[in-house]
Amino acid sequence: MINLTVNGVAREVDADDDMPLLWVLRDLLGLTGTKYGCGEALCGACTVHLDGRAVRACVTPMRRAAGRAVTTIEGLSPTGEHPLQRAWVELGVPQCGFCQAGQIMTAAALLAENPRPTEDDIDHSLAGNLCRCGTYLRIRAAVRKAAGS
Amino acid sequence: MRAVPATPLASLHHSWLDRAPALGVLGLVLACSGRPAPPVATAPAPVAPGELRTPAAFDGIAERAARSQALFVEASRVLTHARCVNCHPPDEMPRQGDGHALHDPPVLRGEADRGIPALGCTTCHQDRNIELARVPGAPDWRLAPLKMAWLDRSPAAICGQLKDPARNGGRTLRQIRDHLAHDVLVGWAWQPGAGRAPAPGTQAELGALVQAWIDTGAVCPEEAKR
Repeated sequence: MINLTVNGVAREVDADDDMPLLWVLRDLLGLTGTKYGCGEALCGACTVHLDGRAVRACVTPMRRAAGRAVTTIEGLSPTGEHPLQRAWVELGVPQCGFCQAGQIMTAAALLAENPRPTEDDIDHSLAGNLCRCGTYLRIRAAVRKAAGS
Repeated sequence: MRAVPATPLASLHHSWLDRAPALGVLGLVLACSGRPAPPVATAPAPVAPGELRTPAAFDGIAERAARSQALFVEASRVLTHARCVNCHPPDEMPRQGDGHALHDPPVLRGEADRGIPALGCTTCHQDRNIELARVPGAPDWRLAPLKMAWLDRSPAAICGQLKDPARNGGRTLRQIRDHLAHDVLVGWAWQPGAGRAPAPGTQAELGALVQAWIDTGAVCPEEAKR
């Protein structure tokens, strides 16, 4: 059994040390907001926070998450009122939406470390999050809006 | 231990000559020193691309400085290998693959050589290789500092960096040897996973070569003529 905190709630899961965090979140805990994209840490769709830092859940083994705090898109804001979520809605960022949870979680980790990012900062930090619909310009605009710039 | 044949320098294996600017220096010493001719030097035996010669393979090089240079050139087969230099870039982006392609996703060095906010090295890299996903990993995965850039640099240039405390993290030669011989992140080069070609030889063999280089005066090879 592995103990960890997910979205502020202590959880105990029956998982192997090598099991990717993504499958614990989706299959064992039913938190399907975090998406499976490439499975190789190349697309960013599975991004969650581990002790506040962005990680790719698809390649993060449970032994790394044990005893630590995981935040998923479901836990970013209990009411969906995180500035990024509001900006996402106001600017109509998503198209198909599949990558958006990862985009928002990466952006939230960026703003936590750098509350006033430049456009280059945003582009660089979100460079590992792919969007097949090409919503990059709206993503950048929404991050800037959430940052108050 | 491999036997060392008494081979004249002129019959050195071509791949060795290509990688051994130090031997040019040795030839210069032999031809131009104006001193009595030293004992005939013997060249180390050829080895397969994935192997490293042992220090004993260089015992046939009589002149101490030339032997030291040749030992470093042999060690530099590891130091210039893709598994090492890809994370010793002279710019902001790590490389990947044997062809030193720019890292994909396009990550950046960041202020502490560990990436940037929300896209750090350990956003993806773990403390060990993730074989199914082909993501390489080792404890404290990070880039070497910019002043320790090795990519596209010659053995002579890398040697100069290794000996310069301002560019080697303030290490003594012994600390350099210990780092190369025992550091776990350095050791990843021999356990790269996912079908990647490992650095030649073993980490212990690299440590032995570096120790022998130090014991012979830690002489750097001359810059190869271009």
